[in-house]
Amino acid sequence: MVNVRINNKEVSVEPGTTILEAAKRIGIDIPTLCYHPDQDRKANCRVCVVEIEGFKTLQASCSTIVCEGMNIKTNTPRVRNAREVVIELMMANHDVSCTTCPSNHHCGLQQIAADLGIRESRFENVLGTQEIDDSSPSVIRNPNKCIKCGRCIQMCAEVQGLRIIDYTNRSSRAEIKPAYGKYLSDVACVSCGQCSVVCPVAAITEKEDIERVWEAINDPSKTVVVQTAPAVRVSIGEEFGMEPGSIVTGKLVAALRLLGFDKVFDTDFTADLTIIEEGNELLKRLKEGGVLPMITSCSPGWINFVEQYYPELLPHVSSCKSPQQMFGALAKTYYAEKMGKKPEDIFSVSIMPCTAKKFEAKREEMKSDGEHYDVDVVLTTRELGKMLKQSGVNFRELAEEEYDDPFGITTGAAVIFGASGGVMEAALRTVYELVTGKMLRKLDFTDVRGMEGIKESEVDLDGTIIKVAVVNTLSKARDMMELIKSGKADYAFIEVMCCPTGCIGGGGQPYGGTRELFRKRMDAIYRADEELPLRKSHKNPAVAKLYDEFLLEPLGEKSHHLLHTKYFNRKK
Amino acid sequence: MSELTTVFLTRRFDRINPESIDDYIADGGYEALRKALTLSKSAVIDEVKASGLKGRGGAGYPTGLKMQAVAQASGYPKYIICNADEGEPGNFKDRYMMEKDPHQFIEGMVISAYATGAEKGYVFIRGEYDNAIAIVEKALSQARMKGFVGQNILDRGFDFEIEVFTGAGSYVCGEEYSLMVCIEGRPGRSTYKPPYPTHEGLFNKPTQINNVETFANIPHILSMGGAEFAKMGTDSSKGTKLISLSGNINKPGMYEVNFGITIRDIIEKLGGGVRDGRKVKLVQLGGASGPVINPSMLDLRLDYKEMQDAGLSFGSGAVIVVDDTHEVLDILKRGIEFFHHESCGKCTPCREGNIQMLILLQKFIDKTATAEDYKLLDILMEVMGGASICGLGQAAPTALKSALKNFSGEFEVSKVNMGEAV
Repeated sequence: MVNVRINNKEVSVEPGTTILEAAKRIGIDIPTLCYHPDQDRKANCRVCVVEIEGFKTLQASCSTIVCEGMNIKTNTPRVRNAREVVIELMMANHDVSCTTCPSNHHCGLQQIAADLGIRESRFENVLGTQEIDDSSPSVIRNPNKCIKCGRCIQMCAEVQGLRIIDYTNRSSRAEIKPAYGKYLSDVACVSCGQCSVVCPVAAITEKEDIERVWEAINDPSKTVVVQTAPAVRVSIGEEFGMEPGSIVTGKLVAALRLLGFDKVFDTDFTADLTIIEEGNELLKRLKEGGVLPMITSCSPGWINFVEQYYPELLPHVSSCKSPQQMFGALAKTYYAEKMGKKPEDIFSVSIMPCTAKKFEAKREEMKSDGEHYDVDVVLTTRELGKMLKQSGVNFRELAEEEYDDPFGITTGAAVIFGASGGVMEAALRTVYELVTGKMLRKLDFTDVRGMEGIKESEVDLDGTIIKVAVVNTLSKARDMMELIKSGKADYAFIEVMCCPTGCIGGGGQPYGGTRELFRKRMDAIYRADEELPLRKSHKNPAVAKLYDEFLLEPLGEKSHHLLHTKYFNRKK
Repeated sequence: MSELTTVFLTRRFDRINPESIDDYIADGGYEALRKALTLSKSAVIDEVKASGLKGRGGAGYPTGLKMQAVAQASGYPKYIICNADEGEPGNFKDRYMMEKDPHQFIEGMVISAYATGAEKGYVFIRGEYDNAIAIVEKALSQARMKGFVGQNILDRGFDFEIEVFTGAGSYVCGEEYSLMVCIEGRPGRSTYKPPYPTHEGLFNKPTQINNVETFANIPHILSMGGAEFAKMGTDSSKGTKLISLSGNINKPGMYEVNFGITIRDIIEKLGGGVRDGRKVKLVQLGGASGPVINPSMLDLRLDYKEMQDAGLSFGSGAVIVVDDTHEVLDILKRGIEFFHHESCGKCTPCREGNIQMLILLQKFIDKTATAEDYKLLDILMEVMGGASICGLGQAAPTALKSALKNFSGEFEVSKVNMGEAV
């Protein structure tokens, strides 16, 4: 242990502890902006500086490792002055329009300025207003808000392995943007939105589509249906100060009804449907010598990645649409018919943990009638939180309600789609029983659960052993793609999710996400699975009914048209 | 005059052909390396420690201690870097060293490599120094042919390869962390410290990084012995110093001086006085990032400790003389404009501070500054100096800060707001 003094208080910490962490132990939260617990140390914002005896200059507490006998002061006039000036300097090159800012109330800069009691910057504002890049259907980059902390760069480069944005220019003209000043739509960005999750200000945010939903709700000619992704039920509570990992499915349904949605459905229904279609596709490939390993297709960030970076591997990708798009297709066909409505009279909204879903919904292939988008608007979890606040819904106090029929009956297999490994586990529960004809005794495939980037398992299908792999984050997906290209990936089936730990760590999820918090959301997902009476997709009676009434058979004619899609080489 | 200047490091200047290693060898070159290789590694370091040599890049850290730290650090491989990215405005003495006697510092690097156990060295030369780059490249290839650099040096089973790396013109790459990330192939932006280069330097491995002039001293220390070397100079400053003298001076140029020389003697006796018979208005020491002194301070001596005691530093030895046809605030503005241009933009105080310093200084030039402006400028400079991530931001206010003290009369605040701050 290393013994140090912080503000005259002795504290004993493990070697390798930073001053920031050591201070936390004695109840001192040093303010930070560029620091993120899951990222490498950057020490560039200089907000967290402290005084250390024997050092001439102030030292960043986020990057400085404690040494035996260090005497640290976190609250001297010199330190407070430095923090104030640093924040004022940032404000002086920032669009300080807090009341109208998308990050109002959850902005790191605003928070620290408030904590330090800064009312206005004493420095002249030198912001040279820059063009806002709204070329992407998923995220907006507003350089006028950027404080150059570099969290987004590290996320994009280290976690996703893409390096879409980086520092450019120097000094007060420094910016973070795509190379050569290109628009996000002109570079191979996958729209995952992970940059927006870690941005402490509003330099990168999701493209807001709330107004279009309000318009539809208030349009009497529209039947407005909404679907909710599995991961949203374990995270939306955070927007209302609830404990991370709270399962709030019933409150979510009640809240959406209060907003005025005509029907509240569950994406879990089409997640079950995905398992039937994808499971049968896998069995067909196994039986007929199709391209293996087959790779899942639920994650639109991942699809954007494979289309732009590894188009030669597209034959590996399942032709199944994502659950969101399967839902959209059924809403405007099967459901419209059932209700005696025309497709254009149905307005279909989805609540997703994801910004890439906004891109996916706008793909030309996603028009089942050839004319109208199957999903009209995608809102992120964060946007739903805003919408609920706009309408004064007291989320925490709502009584739980049930989803509407027919897309409300779901299984635990569908819920776990929200976590990395969930699609694989759900598929295995079904494929095992379809192939062996035996009942699966142990439903939990724990090998494929957890936070790791690449997980592996083997399953015995009546004597035939198949190997499977589960991948999350695109840097790991890249490793896997290289393995496939080298011919060394002897897997039958691979699940790939674009975001860290899967959709629970999605780019549209509430701010403040850390691996520690993702763990809580993940635990909640598996708890939700256990609590459901049905836990296998092929046991979903509503799905069975859909096949009886409408689709007739998995991989059949109707499925082919409505539930499957094709991909394109979009290499840039 | 003879006791003011000296010929030690400059002994071979214009006497030998810098492109001929044979000339260097004939003049006793690489004998120090031969001698070093007969000693133990720790004995070599002991000699350097005994010499009292301090780094000539500006910070003045004892070279022997640095070598010892690298030698004792665990980590493989270890590196030697010669910082020849002489970008500080007003400095040009390393260029002379490289162009006129390149083997002298190369020999110093090889000796350092032997002592520290390094296998790879880089000479990071300022990109604009075309001539120096060509000469050092040639010197290295000759040294390689003669077995002073490369595999199995002088048949002693010791390997040390040296590569020339050129910058792309960014000033901040002269800062050692920016320089190292640049060699690593990343954009030249500094990073936090500790850890220090001696433990986690280039590619996170133990690294000795020193200035050209520092390395050039090492063969002499080995030849004459550390104790003998320590007899040169003053109590706190051992050896000789190369001075880059420039500005409104009759005889600008590079001079080798004995420590203890006064600034006045540098200007008057070496530089032949101020041009056109004008008077000294200010002298800037060390370069654009150094302090400015007024004419009453010219008797200050070139000495690490005396300068430090006066709250000053002579940095890497630049002396920039400005005559009384110039305005102090204009000179300061040019310096800050330079830092504003060269700030890498990574850390907040430097990225945003330089432009704010310019805005506030302009108010003094325009005579619109208030007491609040004065106070704010003071606070800003304190935070830039104390909280910036690297030397660039920390030193950017040095000149202005010293001017507030040494040229206080230049900083008028408008009468209306004359307040308690002044």
